[in-house]
Amino acid sequence: MFFDALPGAISLGLIWGIMAIGVFITYKVLDFPDLTVDGSICTGGAVCAVLMGLGVNAWWALIVAVIAGALAGLVTGIFHTLLGIPAILAGILTQLILWSVNLKIMGQANTPVDTRSTYVIITQLEAGWAILILFAFIAFIVGGLYWFFGTEFGCGIRATGNNPNMSRAQGINVSLDKIVALMISNALVALAGALLAQYQGFADINMGRGAIVIGLAAVIIGEAIVSRISINFAVQLSSAVIGAILYYIVYQFVIWLELDTEYLKMFSAIVVAIFLAIPYWKKTYFRNFIKKGKKPLIGGNADGGASGGAGETPEGAQNNG
Amino acid sequence: MADKVMLKLENVCKTFNPGSVNEKSALKNIDLEVYEGDFITVIGGNGAGKSTLMNAICGTFPIDTGKIILNGDDITRLPEYKRAKYLGRVFQDPMLGTAPNMEIEENLALAYRRGKTRSLMPRITRKEREFYREQLSRLELGLENRLTVKVGLLSGGQRQSLTLLMATMKKPDLLLLDEHTAALDPRTATKVLELTEEITAENKLTTIMITHNMMDAIRCGNRLVMMQEGRIIYDVSGEEKKSLSVRELLEKFRESGGEINDRMVLS
Repeated sequence: MFFDALPGAISLGLIWGIMAIGVFITYKVLDFPDLTVDGSICTGGAVCAVLMGLGVNAWWALIVAVIAGALAGLVTGIFHTLLGIPAILAGILTQLILWSVNLKIMGQANTPVDTRSTYVIITQLEAGWAILILFAFIAFIVGGLYWFFGTEFGCGIRATGNNPNMSRAQGINVSLDKIVALMISNALVALAGALLAQYQGFADINMGRGAIVIGLAAVIIGEAIVSRISINFAVQLSSAVIGAILYYIVYQFVIWLELDTEYLKMFSAIVVAIFLAIPYWKKTYFRNFIKKGKKPLIGGNADGGASGGAGETPEGAQNNG
Repeated sequence: MADKVMLKLENVCKTFNPGSVNEKSALKNIDLEVYEGDFITVIGGNGAGKSTLMNAICGTFPIDTGKIILNGDDITRLPEYKRAKYLGRVFQDPMLGTAPNMEIEENLALAYRRGKTRSLMPRITRKEREFYREQLSRLELGLENRLTVKVGLLSGGQRQSLTLLMATMKKPDLLLLDEHTAALDPRTATKVLELTEEITAENKLTTIMITHNMMDAIRCGNRLVMMQEGRIIYDVSGEEKKSLSVRELLEKFRESGGEINDRMVLS
């Protein structure tokens, strides 16, 4: 039954929600489309699974996995800031490096986690518990990030993503801020990977394939739902989690309908493409609208730069910089 | 006027794309001494090297030869974000000077911490908020009641006034204005320029202002520098500068082989 599978879908959604928060930090806050995540989510899972196989406590394994993720972010950050490699390419390079690294960590393509005889933090055998624990994780993460991005340093990271030119002029070390944000983001992604490995009972070299698309889908779906309600930062972070949960409920629904799940990645990519296209379409449509002679709109727009201008121009400025 | 040298440029050269067909010698052996309290207006045609000069001072790119000494310290090799401590900047494009998705008070708080290590303390304190309100009220734009509004919602003039405030709130050793009124409509431009003069006079700021407007160049400040093809070709101050006319200035400009465009004469 569809509803029987719901707890499983929700807990998977919550795990990927943690990952989506990581994507939110790079994609939304830093304006840096970071493709490292496809690799770092697997790194988190691999490190956790291997350590637990060696008899390390589940919590310690989780912590080491998080550190490994942060290091992956550091590599991408160094590629981008020190070596001047464009954001997307820097992420792809790290992703490729991680493919080898992940295989080396596991020594094989797949590493099981013994969820029956050793202690695991969450497992799909007890999805109800898993949901509770994951909620606690997310509350902690959202609270922590809300505090962090409200500090002087965190505010600097937001400014860096918003307008790097201005940030430099205000004495912000833009390179450092980018690296720190990438490290935090990938640490969260690896945390999700480690939790996923415990939850499903194994880590797999392919577990991160297309992760960025799921993360983006979660961020975009969440934004579409929440943006009209609140612009509070904590709410925005949580929206990524809501997006991820919705994504997995739909996923479960597709399975229930016995549709071919092999198409799912294609559908996710199309959904992301459509959502990314919407702002662009809106813009084009809006211009046509003005041309037809709706005078009041021109006045309001040119003077205040409010609706259309505010959305478009900052991005344009960033692209130039 | 005190005779302390605030900024000293020694033999500064910059060539873009050296060794390629696009090679452009943008700054040629620039020597310039700016005294404390100077308000210098810089004029010159397109590609004369005005903005390059300003960016060289800011550290946007490394210079090829020469030295930049600010307030006694050699800053030639200091990265851009570290120089920011000493410099206030307003750009031509109103979009460049502020973070559009952040609140007015957050932008001010960022500027207020220019040159300070950014800690894990709250980004803005209650006491500061009062200070910002007071500072904003001087702009007479009503922004003091809109502290938490996103800057992206402000008009170009409002944003440029805000940027000016951000650049000067924490007194910089040197204020750099790169045609900061050029993108504004004439009325707003006049207002922003008035505000500029008010703030610089009040804080006795050492200022370099690039402008295309000859009238402004003559009227504002105590010193005028004309650039042409990467060189400073004319440097005048005091009474001599005050008595200049636009016609004389254009004459000078033509003598040195510069091309006059409408933007200099009109507006």
